[in-house]
Amino acid sequence: MHEKIPSEAELTGTPLDTLSLRLGRSAVSTLRFASGFANLSLEVFGELFRPPFYPRLILDQMYQIGIQSFLLVAVTGMATGSVMALQFGFGLAKFGGKLYVPKIVALSMLREMGPVFTSLLVSGRISSGIASEVASMNVTQQIDAIRALGTSPVKRIVIPRLIACMVMLPLLTLFADYIGIFGAMIVSASELSITSEYFLSKSIETLRMADLLTGMAKTVVFAYFIAITACWKGLNTEGGTLGVGNTTTWVVVASSIFIMVSDFFLTKLFILTVYPS
Amino acid sequence: MYELGSPPSEVVLELRDIYKSFGDKHVHRGVSFQLKKGEILGLFGGSGSGKSVILRSIIGLEKPDSGSILFENQDLTQLKEHELFPIRTRISYVFQNGALFDSLTVEENLSYPLQEHSTLSPEEIHERVEQMLALIDMKGSNDLLPAELSGGMQKRAGLARATILDPAIILFDEPTAGLDPANTARLLENIKHLKKRGITGIFVTHDIPAALEIADRVAILHQGKIHAIDTAERIRNSDDPVVRPFFAGEHSHSAKLGPERQDGVKNG
Repeated sequence: MHEKIPSEAELTGTPLDTLSLRLGRSAVSTLRFASGFANLSLEVFGELFRPPFYPRLILDQMYQIGIQSFLLVAVTGMATGSVMALQFGFGLAKFGGKLYVPKIVALSMLREMGPVFTSLLVSGRISSGIASEVASMNVTQQIDAIRALGTSPVKRIVIPRLIACMVMLPLLTLFADYIGIFGAMIVSASELSITSEYFLSKSIETLRMADLLTGMAKTVVFAYFIAITACWKGLNTEGGTLGVGNTTTWVVVASSIFIMVSDFFLTKLFILTVYPS
Repeated sequence: MYELGSPPSEVVLELRDIYKSFGDKHVHRGVSFQLKKGEILGLFGGSGSGKSVILRSIIGLEKPDSGSILFENQDLTQLKEHELFPIRTRISYVFQNGALFDSLTVEENLSYPLQEHSTLSPEEIHERVEQMLALIDMKGSNDLLPAELSGGMQKRAGLARATILDPAIILFDEPTAGLDPANTARLLENIKHLKKRGITGIFVTHDIPAALEIADRVAILHQGKIHAIDTAERIRNSDDPVVRPFFAGEHSHSAKLGPERQDGVKNG
């Protein structure tokens, strides 16, 4: 049981006092989240290889998280690739660089736009879904019931969602990469007079396996964060239906911020270690 | 605290000096009692007196700050979460709202403990579920989701799920709360049926008449301790000023009975 953090209504005193209390409250919340995230991660690793295993639950989650996100990913991937081709095409045309569109679009899709856009959109869908489902189970004592029936919520709830996220998000990204490049190829042919053969040959010439793999590796990190954060927050939700709503919002915001911030550091890491100078 | 109840037969569960606080709320300040084989102990107390927390501590959903809970020569307070899993097949918990898994059908809910902890074939599990559904008067409800059930049916299904493994001890957390008289009577019939089979249990409730129908002994939780524990008849006739209010309106609206704690804590 944690110490109670003062609510807004309980904050009194000068504006400076109020600010200090709010900052203190945020710091405590952040520390609480960090320790909860670490503890749940340890529990997951502790339980991961201990029987019983639930392959059926993992497959169910793969379907819900992965298969049901395909349309969303297809539309956004196609739109992203198409818009990039248009923007780069008309922008670079002023400098006579229109023929660089295939290289730029293909590289951007695989390294950045595919992984980040797919993760942001899918995280909006799955982090809110996981958090609200787990939080609802928590406030209606279903999580207690799982424990009271001699089973582990980490095994039955957290691990299937974590594995499903970590497998399906890279696959969805792969799908988004290719459909984005396909969209860019169509737009390049119809709007920029770049033939599909030229587009494909230049894309293939530019791309290396490392570009694809680093993009997918980013999404594995994002998926881990999304799943653990959503489950931890859901498992620690209090305050009935209001608490469920707050949890859902918090998880979507936290996941989005993490994806954007960690993408910078991962990109920096890959530039230093993997990408050619 | 006084204890005048009949001398123990075999003690199956013992709580020794349990302390539990939530922040600055001291819920338990040395709770001790024994549960004997084949008896049902009614546990009364005001709202927020920590009745449900006792049940949650026994099954390991809460960790006491100190004290011990002895069951089958083990101190349950010292066990890790995964070491409690086999214990939870021997001690089961009937939740106040049933706590059925809302994404599973009634049959899947009832099958859950058997799939997890037995080696029965799917056909045998189905047969066992059918028997339980017949027992709780819910035959034909196999494919319904919990949201499609009435409150009374949810509680009966929760009771069936909790008892399907034939546990040694059943912990009832306000099983009749919020039920109309007809559903209360039906649920009590189910529990009486279990009692005839010799179950051991603790029955936490505000519903005094219901508890007196079921309980062999009654314990009163007051100010974080067991104030009194005795046979239902003796407790009912007690002149103790703490005990008296629980039975003052026994035949009227029992839910209003019992002194309210000022520093009330959730979960009863």
